[in-house]
Amino acid sequence: MKKITVISGKGGTGKTSLVGCFASLAGDKAVLVDGDVDAANLSLITKPVRLEAHEFWASKVAEINLDSCEDCGLCLELCRFDAISGDYAIDPVACEGCGFCSHACPHGAITMNDRLSGKWFVSQTPYGSLVHARLGIAEENSGKLVTTIRNKGEQLAESEQKDYLIIDGPPGIGCPVIAALSGVDAALIVTEPTVSGIHDLERILAVCRHFGVEASVCINRYDLAEEQSKTIEEYCLRENVPLAGKIPFDRAFVKAMIEGIPVVDYVDGVLVEKISEVWNIMNCS
Amino acid sequence: MLNLAIASGKGGTGKTTIAVNLALTLIKEGLPVQLLDCDVEEPNAHLFLKPEFSHKQSVGIPVPSIDLSKCSFCGYCAEVCAFNALAVLKDNVMILSELCHGCGSCAYLCPEKAITENDRPIGIVESGMVNSLSFAHGILNPGEAMSPPLINAVKNLINSEALTIIDAPPGTSCPVVAAVNDCDFCLLVTEPTPFGLNDLDLAYQMVSKLGISAGVVINRSDLGDDEVEAYCSKNNLPVLQKIPWNLEAARYYARGEPAVKHLSEWKVLFKVLYNNIINVWEGAVRK
Repeated sequence: MKKITVISGKGGTGKTSLVGCFASLAGDKAVLVDGDVDAANLSLITKPVRLEAHEFWASKVAEINLDSCEDCGLCLELCRFDAISGDYAIDPVACEGCGFCSHACPHGAITMNDRLSGKWFVSQTPYGSLVHARLGIAEENSGKLVTTIRNKGEQLAESEQKDYLIIDGPPGIGCPVIAALSGVDAALIVTEPTVSGIHDLERILAVCRHFGVEASVCINRYDLAEEQSKTIEEYCLRENVPLAGKIPFDRAFVKAMIEGIPVVDYVDGVLVEKISEVWNIMNCS
Repeated sequence: MLNLAIASGKGGTGKTTIAVNLALTLIKEGLPVQLLDCDVEEPNAHLFLKPEFSHKQSVGIPVPSIDLSKCSFCGYCAEVCAFNALAVLKDNVMILSELCHGCGSCAYLCPEKAITENDRPIGIVESGMVNSLSFAHGILNPGEAMSPPLINAVKNLINSEALTIIDAPPGTSCPVVAAVNDCDFCLLVTEPTPFGLNDLDLAYQMVSKLGISAGVVINRSDLGDDEVEAYCSKNNLPVLQKIPWNLEAARYYARGEPAVKHLSEWKVLFKVLYNNIINVWEGAVRK
C-alpha cells in the first residue's frame, strides 16, 4: 500500500479538491484520511455515510477545589500559561494540561481531569473508506488526532487490501502537518503561482526534506500568473523536485464543490486530463 | 487603540490580502498602524510590504538540562512530565526536547535541584518599519511543531498607542487561539463556497468561545453561492464587506503588490470596511 500526503504550506491552494479527485480516479482502491482536523472539508465532496464515531481524549485540564485551597497563590505564580486567574478559576483554553500546579500545590487542592479534545469518524464513501475528525474548538493536540486517524486509515487500507492511503494534509508546517507527513511514501505539494505560494512551497519542501519524504509539486491555477508559474517551474528544476503537473483556473471547481462532488466527476475535458496526469504521476513515482 | 485580528477557518481565503491592504489604507488616512503577522508557520505579509527589519530576536522554549552529578535518578521528573519529554534510565536521563512544552514542572519539582532550563530555539521574530507602518512577524523553524510560544512573542510587541492588525494562521486550534485571544475584534474572512461556510462556522464558534466579537468579509464574493450570507444573517453575524473576484487584483497579489496601491475601487472598499468594523465594534462595546 502506498501512502501519499497532499500538502501545501499555504492554505487554500486546492488540496482537498484534488484529494477528492484522486479518490475518484483511484477507483475503489484507496482509503482516505482528512488530516486537516481543525477545518476538515473532504467529507463535503465525498458524500460520506458515517459508520463509526469515537471520542478523542488526549489531554488534561486543571481543576481547583476551592474548599481545599488556602489562597497561597503558588499556582498563579508557577503557571507559565496564564491559565489561573486571581480568584483561582482555570481558563480551560489557556490551560496546557501540564499538571505543574497540581503537583506543586502544597494543599493538594488541584486535580487534573481528562478532557475531550475532539471526535473522529469512519465513514463510507463511493470512493472507499474515509477517516476524518473534528478537533474540539480551540483545542490542542491536533497532531495526536491526525496520528490517531492516520493509524486507523492505515489499518483499514491493510484490512481492505487497498493500494493507496491518501491523506489530505492541513495547511502550515507545524505539528499536524508533521503528523500527516512523516513516514509517508510520497508527498504532493499543491502550490499556486503567487509570491505567497512560492514562499510557502520553499518552507514546506524544507519540512519534507527534514523528514526524508519525497515530494512532487503541482501548480494549481497556473494560468492566472504565468510568470510566477514559470518561477516555480524553474525553482523545482533547480531543487530537483519533480513537477507533477499544472492545473488551470476553472470555475468548475467551485461548482463541483457546491454539488458536493469531486470536479473530475462534474466535468469532462482538459481539466480532467490535467488532474488525471497528476494522479498518474503520483501513482507511478 | 483597537487590536484587530484577521482570521479564517479555511486557509487561502485572503487574510493576508486584507491585513496588508487594510493596514496601508489606514496609514494613508494618517492613523498610527501596526501589522503583526502571527501566521508563523507560513508568514507572507512581508512579501507584500517589503519592510526593512531593524530588530531580530531568537525565540525559544525553556527545556530541561540535567546536572548528572546532582541527579539521584529517582525518576520523579519523568513522572511529573505530562508530555513524556523525559526518560530516566539507571545512570542517565534522556531529554526529548521536541516534546517539551516548557512548563517548568521538572526543574521546580526535582528533589535534588539537578535540573536547570535552557532555551531551545524554535524560530525568530523580526520587526521593522515600512514608511510609517510598524511591522513584525515570527518565522517558525521548519520541522518545528510548536508555534504558540513564537506567536506570543510576536504579540508581545503590541503597541497600545497604535491600531494593531494581527494576521492569524488558518484553522481553529491552538496557534489560532494564541493569535486571536485578547483581541478586541476579529474579522473572519471567508469565501462563499461549502468549504468556506463550513470553516466560517468553526471559526465563528472559536471566537464566540473566546468571547470576541466578530464580523465577516466575504472574499471572491461572486464565486460561489448565497449560503454564507444566509448563515451570517441567521446568526446575526455582520457582513462588513464583500470583495468580488478581480483578475487584476489577483495578478497584483501574484506579484506581491498590494492592490490598494493600484486599484481605486479597492481603496474605497477598504475605507468602507474600516468604517464598518469601527461601527460594529463600537456597537459591541456599548452593549
